[in-house]
Amino acid sequence: MRDWRYWLAEQRGTLLAFGIFIVMFAIYSGNHPAGFTANVVQTAANKGVLLAFVAMAQTLVVITAGIDLSVGMIFTLTNCMASWLVIGTGLETAFGVLAVLGTGLICGAVNGAIVIYGRLQPIVATIATGAVFFGLALLLRPVPGGSVNEDLADFLTGRFFGVVPASLVALLVIVLVVWVPFSRSEFGRAAYAAGSSETAAYMSGVPIRRGKFLAYTLAGLLAAIGGLFLTFFTYTGEAAYASGNAYTLFSIAAVVLGGVSLFGGKGSAIGAIFGALAFRTIGDLLFVFDFDPLWQPLFQGVILLIAVSLGAFALFRVRNRLEWFL
Amino acid sequence: MDGAAPLFRMEGISKRYGGVRALEKADLTVTAGGIHAILGENGAGKSTLIKIMAGVVAPDEGTMTLDGREVSFASPAAANQAGIVCIFQELSLIPELSVADNIVISDPPKRFGMIDRKAQRRIAEEALARAGASDIHPCALVKDLPLSRRQMVEIAKALARKPRILILDEATSALTAADVAKVFEVLKRLRSEGLALLYISHRMNEIAELADHCTVFRNGRNVASYPAGSKSDNEVVELMIGREYSHIFPPKPGPDAAATTVLEARNLSWADRLDNISLSVRAGEVVGLGGLDGQGQRELLLAFFGVLRGLSGEILIDGKPVSIASPTAASHGRIGMALIPEDRKTEGLMLPMTVRENLSFAALDRLSKGGIIDRAAEQRLIDDMVGLLAIKTAGLDIPVGALSGGNQQKVVIAKWLMRQPRIILLNDPTRGIDVGTKQELYQLMRKLADAGAAILFYSTDYDELIGCCDRVLVLYDGAVKRELVGDGITEHALIASALNIHGEGAGSRQGAGA
Repeated sequence: MRDWRYWLAEQRGTLLAFGIFIVMFAIYSGNHPAGFTANVVQTAANKGVLLAFVAMAQTLVVITAGIDLSVGMIFTLTNCMASWLVIGTGLETAFGVLAVLGTGLICGAVNGAIVIYGRLQPIVATIATGAVFFGLALLLRPVPGGSVNEDLADFLTGRFFGVVPASLVALLVIVLVVWVPFSRSEFGRAAYAAGSSETAAYMSGVPIRRGKFLAYTLAGLLAAIGGLFLTFFTYTGEAAYASGNAYTLFSIAAVVLGGVSLFGGKGSAIGAIFGALAFRTIGDLLFVFDFDPLWQPLFQGVILLIAVSLGAFALFRVRNRLEWFL
Repeated sequence: MDGAAPLFRMEGISKRYGGVRALEKADLTVTAGGIHAILGENGAGKSTLIKIMAGVVAPDEGTMTLDGREVSFASPAAANQAGIVCIFQELSLIPELSVADNIVISDPPKRFGMIDRKAQRRIAEEALARAGASDIHPCALVKDLPLSRRQMVEIAKALARKPRILILDEATSALTAADVAKVFEVLKRLRSEGLALLYISHRMNEIAELADHCTVFRNGRNVASYPAGSKSDNEVVELMIGREYSHIFPPKPGPDAAATTVLEARNLSWADRLDNISLSVRAGEVVGLGGLDGQGQRELLLAFFGVLRGLSGEILIDGKPVSIASPTAASHGRIGMALIPEDRKTEGLMLPMTVRENLSFAALDRLSKGGIIDRAAEQRLIDDMVGLLAIKTAGLDIPVGALSGGNQQKVVIAKWLMRQPRIILLNDPTRGIDVGTKQELYQLMRKLADAGAAILFYSTDYDELIGCCDRVLVLYDGAVKRELVGDGITEHALIASALNIHGEGAGSRQGAGA
């Protein structure tokens, strides 16, 4: 009978992120010169889903109490690949999409194998693999260029029935196909368990390694889906170092905003998606208020600080000071 | 052994950790439909035995047979498959997951490859009901439950796995009396259903109520096995002791009634871990804290050292009430307190940093002028300490992690001695170090006391308390249950009062002192 309260407690982070996003987006569209129109929503959605995919990828790894600093580079590498492969006839395009997604899976699996079986720390392992992925991207696209199947690109970045942004529908489909099965599978639970308390999980006979490996691998896949969409929006591939790094860092910010604990074991990709959308909207607020774009990083930083501070209040309740450091 | 064929048998099991032998040719026979109690002191090998049964560690030698077939378990999951389920003393629950998630964690019900939440809920509710804990909501997160409720979830989780052999390792230590009664009913029902139960507890009254058969462990061996009720409590305690004295302790100078009281506590309470503790320590006195592990001894030391918030009661230094807000406050000024922590690796040392840096940390304010460290003064003091404690190191500038355990512990002690503390709190300082270093530490402790320090010494080793202390306070459930003085500090009295048996303890007086 009190089930809904437990559900509420569990979803608190996600709902908070949803709330932040709604408030931010209301302010944004309310002050947008064009107002709340299908066009404005479509543009915002197309910008937002890129970070949403990368943030989902980050979530999977953060749940296991790890961190993936290579997501932005997988995103960049797959963007460069797509600008070569996702083109031509329908069959060729389909093959290209599969190749791009397969690359993402392999990148993620490499990260997972190094972290789990090589027992390297995730932060170091993924910095290194991230550099490798960027190196490959640079070999593929020394200078920006390439192209993409424009029919597919326009279809996936346009609108359904004139109102619903296609990219949001794509995001929803990916959530249903990747996140929901993962989070409800035995391996998804193993990933949560490993992130929350690895020793307790081991003692309970949980398949920790397979759970973590799957989390890293799917993270690679989600980052690749992000890279694919980037290609659909830009029609080109570019090995942009700064942009790749920015996506990595923003994905961490989005994950925290979305109520996912960096200590692992807690949070959901849905929360991270709203975190990503909210983060993007915060960045765009400046444009509708006609602020100097120079203010954007400062403004984003302050908002982010306030958001993450919300999580620190629990420390006031600690009675044994040694627990501050746990 | 008698009549019924044994369900499970362990023969000649040995296990070493480094140079320390935890089990030496131990045997155990378990029959279905019975409750088998295992007794022994801290470190007698009970935990290792159970870990081997449950597949957490592998034995160095020996065989295990289940239903007459030889078995070996590569992991806890393998032991579970064979029907051996253990409820561990350190909880094995995952804090961020819900109660239902935890109960089915090792084998969740699945539909179309995904976890079937409805079925999971049903299993969890059933298991909670079987464990007599249907008041716990299956959707609650484990981290939000109090310790006693978590322990009930742990029991429900074990039952959901349909075990043939259920091991309870101090499973009632965190439970309230009402819960214990419920658990006992459950255990008796399980026994009548034909399960084999292994029950490890320090509470003699529980064993008397539950057990059919008892086995006593000492020094990694099973020394006696007998039907429950055939031996008196005192005989059991005798069986648990009976080990050779191998340490040499410095002579005690005897009580000095003229010495002033340096450290005093009045009615100290904290959360549900410390219960109205009053005690006093005089200059030159070594006061021991005894009792079973985890009865509030560590919390008491942390309370003095300013780590705990929301402490009620009073702490007096030199007879004057003080409030100690942090370890910095405790170690500075006229308080002059030092705490040698239990876990030197996390609370005592910065392992990758050098011996020199580690030694100076606690005394940096005394060694620096205007924020600049006086290197010459630092070197002098460090030389003194290395000499005093005979720290064996290849140099002062190597990482402290490279030293042996005993020498690391000396560094921790030296670090605090550099402040010349008047009050020294020791939290099980000899755990995991070799006998030679232990002896040196005993000598040092007495030397410091003779020089006027007031020492509060917690140890899990009864020999140490007997050999080193002028008085011993025995804690049970966060309260001082008994004070032993002088010749009254015997192993028998220590164990009896640690188990909270009220019996004839020669030369001891009842109740809390001071």
